Amino acid sequence: MTTDPIEPVLPTPAIAKKRRGKDAAGDAPEAKGITYVLRLYVAGQTPKSTAAFANLKKICEEHLAGRYKIQVVDLLENPQLARGDQILAIPTLVRKLPEPMRKIIGDLSNTERVLIGLDLLPRE
Amino acid sequence: MAKSETQSPKTRTKLPKSLTGIQGLDEITDGGLPKGRPTLICGGAGCGKTLLAMEFLVRGATQFNEPGVFMAFEESAKDLTKNVASLGFDLKDLVARKKIVLDFVYNGDGEIESSGEFNLDGLFIRLEQAIDSINAKRVVLDTIESLFSDLPNPIILRAELRRLFRWLKDKGVTTIITGERGDATLTRQGLEEYVSDCVIVLDHRVSDQVSSRRLRVVKYRGSTHGTNEYPFLIDEDGISVLPVTSLGLQQTASTARVPSGVTRLDSMLGGAGYYRGSSVLVSGTAGTGKTSLSAHFVAAACRRGERALYFAFEESPSQIMRNMRSIGIDLEPWVEKGLLHFQANRPTFAGLEMHLTTIHKAIKAFKPQVVIVDPLTSFISGGNETEVKAMVMRLVDLLKISQVTSLFTSLSLSGGALEQTQVAVASLVDTWLLLRDIEIGGERNRGMYILKSRGMAHSNQIREFLLTDHGVELRDVYVGPSGVLTGSARLVQEAQEQAALMTRNQEVERRQIELERKRTTLEAQIVALRAEFAVQEIASMKIVGQEQAENAQLAQERADMGLSRKADAVPNKQKGVAK
Repeated sequence: MTTDPIEPVLPTPAIAKKRRGKDAAGDAPEAKGITYVLRLYVAGQTPKSTAAFANLKKICEEHLAGRYKIQVVDLLENPQLARGDQILAIPTLVRKLPEPMRKIIGDLSNTERVLIGLDLLPRE
Repeated sequence: MAKSETQSPKTRTKLPKSLTGIQGLDEITDGGLPKGRPTLICGGAGCGKTLLAMEFLVRGATQFNEPGVFMAFEESAKDLTKNVASLGFDLKDLVARKKIVLDFVYNGDGEIESSGEFNLDGLFIRLEQAIDSINAKRVVLDTIESLFSDLPNPIILRAELRRLFRWLKDKGVTTIITGERGDATLTRQGLEEYVSDCVIVLDHRVSDQVSSRRLRVVKYRGSTHGTNEYPFLIDEDGISVLPVTSLGLQQTASTARVPSGVTRLDSMLGGAGYYRGSSVLVSGTAGTGKTSLSAHFVAAACRRGERALYFAFEESPSQIMRNMRSIGIDLEPWVEKGLLHFQANRPTFAGLEMHLTTIHKAIKAFKPQVVIVDPLTSFISGGNETEVKAMVMRLVDLLKISQVTSLFTSLSLSGGALEQTQVAVASLVDTWLLLRDIEIGGERNRGMYILKSRGMAHSNQIREFLLTDHGVELRDVYVGPSGVLTGSARLVQEAQEQAALMTRNQEVERRQIELERKRTTLEAQIVALRAEFAVQEIASMKIVGQEQAENAQLAQERADMGLSRKADAVPNKQKGVAK
């Protein structure tokens, strides 16, 4: 799939391992130097997708300033990509990095749920 | 009834339908599933929903040139391919040939967080892409309800599913949606509310430790359909549904005859045997020769080059063949030639419906002219009597429609009324042969008579039924003051008659000799009388001669005297002669 517009930034395996260990231990994930690769799946320019993108941008600026990367995938343009990340609901936000993968569906209007989904807030 | 209704007014526009290619289902639904609309198939776990859906797709792709998309929500494409491979569906090949698209939809690992509203556009896009990639006409969503456990917010999901079904309809694809059966509803999430065109319920139940699968069309908008529960079978050829109860009594009766394989039995049956396509019941107590009679029939059919199918429920094929060889019937060559096929199963192997389905399938596949079910009564171990009767009725119907001459054996318990078979099928069969024990003089012999035979003049005699090393023989029995004579009693009677005959013959001979003697005597007497008569005749002739001579003498003398007295000139020449 050469036309794939997404070029995820891959961390070195060693770092990835370290991060996973930290996650599992329940440490605060906003440790310095971790880049969040977030992929937002939308289907066309709908109000919901626009809202989702705006909400995401806002949350990232507030909580992950300078260490995040947002990729927007429009499934209307690249329908075959829906299969790869098992996308059913639109919009879906996928946290590609740090691992493990997380999915948050919806227009991201509930900031708290988004932060929990991104492991930026501890789950109750 | 449903059938005749839809057949008569051909002009009526019919709902367009999509043939499933699944044996029997198309008959029940009168032509398949509603074309371009969603159909809901629901049922409990393990009742065959996925399989039915898959067969619908595979048959569509292979038989009707309608490619299909299978969207699996529960099983991975790999598992699915493996699972249906055992039914002879090569999904890999179909996928490679772009006839089928398998898409495994799963939620990925981990929880899904939800924040705000969403829709299922992702699913729509995936489905659309899959459909468009092979120009699919059929779609299966198996089991879409699992979305409810994967995704939050059921209210949104319901709305989205409704939209999905509408969208599928607009797209014009024939869709099967499977759903797990709920407690009070047909499906857990009440999908039947959204899919209103056609709903089929599958059921897998166990009664008396025997499981049977059933299918029922609960609803079919805009079409007539069979409403009963129909048994179905999953085997190496996929699913086959048996719409047996829809059969009416419209079989055409043949007038052709089929020999029974026993010549004397044929003559008892109006001289020609059974009717082709009729059903024959052979009932009798244990060991009366029911199987032997069946074997005769089978062997005769095979000898004519017909195909025979033998359903054995108590003996294995090799046992039957061995036993029949002992009475001089060798069935093995026919098996080797492919004319005879044994299908041996334990009656408890499956439910009645399943047996019926199996028999139905076997008959369809083998296309026999003769079918033996030996014995019918063994089914009672697998079900109760009403069910057995219903099943036999369906079976008889099926066989008659296929113009198959069938012979059922039925074991009657000794002690019970002979004319009452355990399976009350008497009214269903056309010809009923009754084999019975006759106990006389410390012996047990076999007797046979025809209890009934519809549509032919038949013998009312009881015949003795002998199993010899060259097959079944029917002998006349002796009816005397002490009843029917069989076995040694018959032999004794035969000897007595022989003796009596001999005596009679001797008497005749004696009389003949006597007569001869009398004739000889009479003839001798006649000769003697004749001789006597001849003697008398000669004597009488002599006297007559003398008398005449004397008369002549007297006349001469009188003439001479006259001459002398009147001095006639006539010389008395005879004077000296007369003296």
